Amino acid sequence: MGGLITFFVLLLIGLIFGSMNERNHFKRLRIAEEELSHIKVFNIKTLPDNLETGGALVSGNVVVAVDYFKVIAAFFKMVFGGQLRSFESLMERGRREAVVRMQREAEALGADAIYNARLEFSAIGQQPQKIGGAELLAYGTAVKIKS
Amino acid sequence: MTDIIVTNLETVPGRQIIKHLGIVQGNTVRAKHVGRDIMAGLKNIVGGGLRGYTELLTDAREEATQRMMGEALDKGANAVLNVRFSTSSITAGASELYAYGTAVVVE
Repeated sequence: MGGLITFFVLLLIGLIFGSMNERNHFKRLRIAEEELSHIKVFNIKTLPDNLETGGALVSGNVVVAVDYFKVIAAFFKMVFGGQLRSFESLMERGRREAVVRMQREAEALGADAIYNARLEFSAIGQQPQKIGGAELLAYGTAVKIKS
Repeated sequence: MTDIIVTNLETVPGRQIIKHLGIVQGNTVRAKHVGRDIMAGLKNIVGGGLRGYTELLTDAREEATQRMMGEALDKGANAVLNVRFSTSSITAGASELYAYGTAVVVE
């Protein structure tokens, strides 16, 4: 009985705080992306001719965790199969945050663009009972454009 | 260490490659301490970013990059090109961070 109560309390906390967190995070991301829109990100290697000499590796990473509600929702979804929307939004948040952090680093260096940007993912915590999270890493080369 | 150029491009903008010195690499294996695990476990109820882990991985990746740069300097390089990062989980509590690239001499 006690276990069941704990389960529902955790589920409720997960649902309320998890979705609140997510909404706030998306709001912050939109603002940050707007601010940093002058730093263009490309995943191509071919460089234009008007670049200044040199370049620097920049990266941004973030570890995102799933909330309790998402875990349970995913568990039920896995029985029937189909889209795991809760996990999709988690990955999206992580990726966008990593790119934003990479852009911030480039901005601090006074760069104008990032070339050969790569996105990488690695899962953290193997056992499903323990910490379920994912690290998202974005990296690329920050360059300056000759004015 | 600041005089070495590190990039994941295949060339350095505006510079010619004089000599290739081969692959250089750096790695580090890190484990999270229990305190961070407990905090992360709590965070797993509400979801969101795990700051402790993010910092840990940033530091570890920085160290792997430093080791790679150290190796490049030992070889007499002044730039490391086409740098890649990779992460692998060795056991449940630890991950390896690995950075590798090609050491070159540019003009």
